[in-house]
Amino acid sequence: MRITVTVDGTQYSDEVEPRTLLVHYLRETLGKVGTVIGCDTSNCGACTVHLNGQSVKSCSVLAVQADGCEITTIEGLARDGQLHPVQQAFHDNHALQCGFCTPGMIMQSIDLLADNPDPDEKAVREGLEGNLCRCTGYQNIVRAVRDAAQHMSPGAGPEAERVDGSGVREPSAIGGE
Amino acid sequence: MTATIEPEVGKARSRKEDARLITGRTRWTDNLTLPGLLHLAILRSPFAHARINSIDTSEAKTRPGVIAVYTATDLDPDGSIGLPCAWPITPDMKSPRRPVLAADTVNFAGEGVAVVVARSKAEATDALEAIEVDYEELPVVLGLENALAEGAPLVHEELGTNRNALWVFDSGEAGSGGNVEEAISGAEVVVKRRFRQQRLIPAFMEPRSCMVDPTGAQITMWSATQVPHILKTMAALTLGIPEHKLRVIAPDVGGGFGGKLAVIPEETMSLLVAQKLGKPVKWTESRSETMLAAHHGRDQVQDITIAANRDGTVTGLKVELLADMGAYLGLVGPGVPILGAFMFNAIYKIPAYHFACTTVFTNTTLTDAYRGAGRPEATFGIERIMDELAAELGMEPMELRKKNWIKHEEFPFTTVAGLTYDSGNYEAATEKAMQLFDYDGLRREQKERRDRNDPVQLGIGISTFTEMCGLAPSRVVGSLDYGAGGWEAASIRMLATGKVEVVTGASAHGQGHETAWSQIVADQLGVPFEDVEVLHGDTQSSAKGLDTYGSRSLVVGGIAVVKAAEKVVTKARTIAAHLMECSPDDLEFAQGKFTVRGTDKSTTIQDIAFSAFLAHNLPDGIEPTLDSDAVFDPENFSFPHGTHLCAAEVDTETGRVNLRSYVCVDDIGSVVNPLIVEGQVHGGLAQGIAQALFEEAVYDESGTLTTGTFADYLLPSAADLPSFTTDRTETPSTTNPLGVKGVGEAGTIASTPAVVNAVVDAVRHLGVDDIEMPCSPMRVWAAVHRGQKDAGGLGSEAGGGLGSIDASGGAQ
Repeated sequence: MRITVTVDGTQYSDEVEPRTLLVHYLRETLGKVGTVIGCDTSNCGACTVHLNGQSVKSCSVLAVQADGCEITTIEGLARDGQLHPVQQAFHDNHALQCGFCTPGMIMQSIDLLADNPDPDEKAVREGLEGNLCRCTGYQNIVRAVRDAAQHMSPGAGPEAERVDGSGVREPSAIGGE
Repeated sequence: MTATIEPEVGKARSRKEDARLITGRTRWTDNLTLPGLLHLAILRSPFAHARINSIDTSEAKTRPGVIAVYTATDLDPDGSIGLPCAWPITPDMKSPRRPVLAADTVNFAGEGVAVVVARSKAEATDALEAIEVDYEELPVVLGLENALAEGAPLVHEELGTNRNALWVFDSGEAGSGGNVEEAISGAEVVVKRRFRQQRLIPAFMEPRSCMVDPTGAQITMWSATQVPHILKTMAALTLGIPEHKLRVIAPDVGGGFGGKLAVIPEETMSLLVAQKLGKPVKWTESRSETMLAAHHGRDQVQDITIAANRDGTVTGLKVELLADMGAYLGLVGPGVPILGAFMFNAIYKIPAYHFACTTVFTNTTLTDAYRGAGRPEATFGIERIMDELAAELGMEPMELRKKNWIKHEEFPFTTVAGLTYDSGNYEAATEKAMQLFDYDGLRREQKERRDRNDPVQLGIGISTFTEMCGLAPSRVVGSLDYGAGGWEAASIRMLATGKVEVVTGASAHGQGHETAWSQIVADQLGVPFEDVEVLHGDTQSSAKGLDTYGSRSLVVGGIAVVKAAEKVVTKARTIAAHLMECSPDDLEFAQGKFTVRGTDKSTTIQDIAFSAFLAHNLPDGIEPTLDSDAVFDPENFSFPHGTHLCAAEVDTETGRVNLRSYVCVDDIGSVVNPLIVEGQVHGGLAQGIAQALFEEAVYDESGTLTTGTFADYLLPSAADLPSFTTDRTETPSTTNPLGVKGVGEAGTIASTPAVVNAVVDAVRHLGVDDIEMPCSPMRVWAAVHRGQKDAGGLGSEAGGGLGSIDASGGAQ
């Protein structure tokens, strides 16, 4: 099947097998290897990306379901050489060690902050429940997300990623995660 | 070119590594590709023990995209290739050959039996379904006691036993202490307990992966490994590849925790297939494969006897261990419980000690190093038995510890296990931890809750621990029959422009070596932090090394960097003296500048590097360029210590455990980067707490792993853990120039007993004196009800009904 998607601001059109998962399409067809695979049961969240402005685990979405959608990966976050405030906060707060879960954690954190711009510790912990980390014990990740909240301007969430600049969150083709 | 002013060591520097990790520009092995790359998929046995009558691969070979399908007969026709075990703990240890692919029998569920090579990973995986294997099931042996029972099925028929080795240490025979049997028979109080260390899965986040390119002058292998240097040597020894024709690269590696301290069949298989086809190949595992086939950790039964006087003075300790090796021996598997032998006596002055460990084969995935390797098991054993002894004596558990620990003024102290602890201050760490924790206040609240029979009870758990870090010295690990040295190598190259390349043999997988080593070198050479680049994880650039495990990177590898820097400064001094026409002794070196004493005449080390590069005017006998190599082999282990305190709320009606607060004060000596240290402690705590409360690898009676995915194996998420209060005391190690001790495993080692002690403490007054790990709600609830029933606290109806519940299962 032929699909057309916009990934990190660039439009791609490709033939894909109907069974191809979005994460495999991103990694193997587009070479967007910043999004990684950590499990085969949708538990770890390492492959989290934004699909039309909402976080999804890209191992749980078929590439064909993303037809016509806009996708943002970790590779599309930094703009004009400037890190996204959440990326910056992960660095500042030592919220990563091996870094394998980090792309998914950052993508999920951005979505979490879009829903709740000033989360308390409990809200952050619950909001990141679907993303596993084995290195940090999560404490600095929680700190980073709350730190980012202080540095983010309103609307810096996934809406701002829309390349058409509309900043409007449209109903997702896929129901969240 | 300016010299740095403020010292870098001790500064909480954000990490250099982060730049690529937070932007998705990381070189994980599975991210890499090569022209014409082929992909491997492995068919794994569904049976824990079975004879292979035949394997039919003919159909699979016709499937789309398939290039080849291989079995053991194809890859190793004469059955001579065996994966290495580098730690023969006794001369008579039985070490059955561990094949690359199973040939005649499979010995654990998940063992590979065939490998498909195809143009894509999906095609390779699809074709696995078309391979037909005729298995004949054999009796399965699971569980340590079962394996040693008379008439038990044998994992390896030809050995005639499931017993692998018996390793014994006796302080009376070693001359380091007295006879433990005399201590026990003469003791006023003896407490004996059996503790279980459940089987755990290391669960690094990046699945294992390797890629082999056989098409160049050398064979190049990329692998998600902790041990590229050891892998290179072992692959050469095992497969007969000339070592100089093999290059191993560990690019970015997504966690290890000991789980990637191995030389695995999949790497060996990839090397064989790549050479056979003359084409590059890659293997990347699924998470289910990780859970099934990557090595597991822990899995011990500990019988511990402690003898003491009525006043609490410990007089003897006897430890008898059974340790499950799984179906084969891993790279260092048998050595893991032996490391624990030296830590059971922990921080205590114990006059008599006996340790015996029997290692055992079962039809399970093999066990090997997992964060802490032997030391968490030992620390758990001693810290749990100290609490049980305190209960028996009616003593406050911290008072019992204080009575027996080595006092600050008694260091250096040679223990009953024969190790010399160079430094330590248990008093300072404990005092600080108790203040941060509000120990007395929490004890008061505990009493109040007990008095009012609150359904939610409060427990306080203590773990005052030490560990041995920095695996080395070579002669000592050699005396334990470990199959490698313990040194580490470093090189420093000052480039023409004054920038610095540091090469370390300690290959990193998330620990932040690039940042920490840059800080060390910046101080040693007086150059800016940003001017230092650290190279690691490639046997071509870092030709010598023994890699990263056992908290050895900083204490051994970091000191090698210091030694290399000292050599660079010495050479630079000679050149500077020549250029400034003075004696080297007249030069002061500070902050990157050589100054002629008593004058304002000076030059920078960067200028000397340029002069050394030009080589127009060097002293006689001095070689051009400013660089050096160093290999450091320490004189002793290092001994971090600390006091961990946990307050746990236990709901006696549901069995739910809530960690109300966790405080730890670690003494890891001098600190290079407090930010990195704090992160390591947090992560370690999470892993140790997970052992206490959440994680367990479970096999059913047929030997099928029932916790084979992240849906079944309960890795804690952010929502399952609290925030921790961490702090430090600093008692520098006296055996290395930085005074560092190592921190990678401390949190994991100390936290498990702190949590379990807290859970047991919360319900001890209800008749509970032990709860097996993980302390799941089911286990806690059952223990409380069993305890109350034993104490006559529950009606016979309720007691009878509850008594039928099997509390041994139901980990989650």
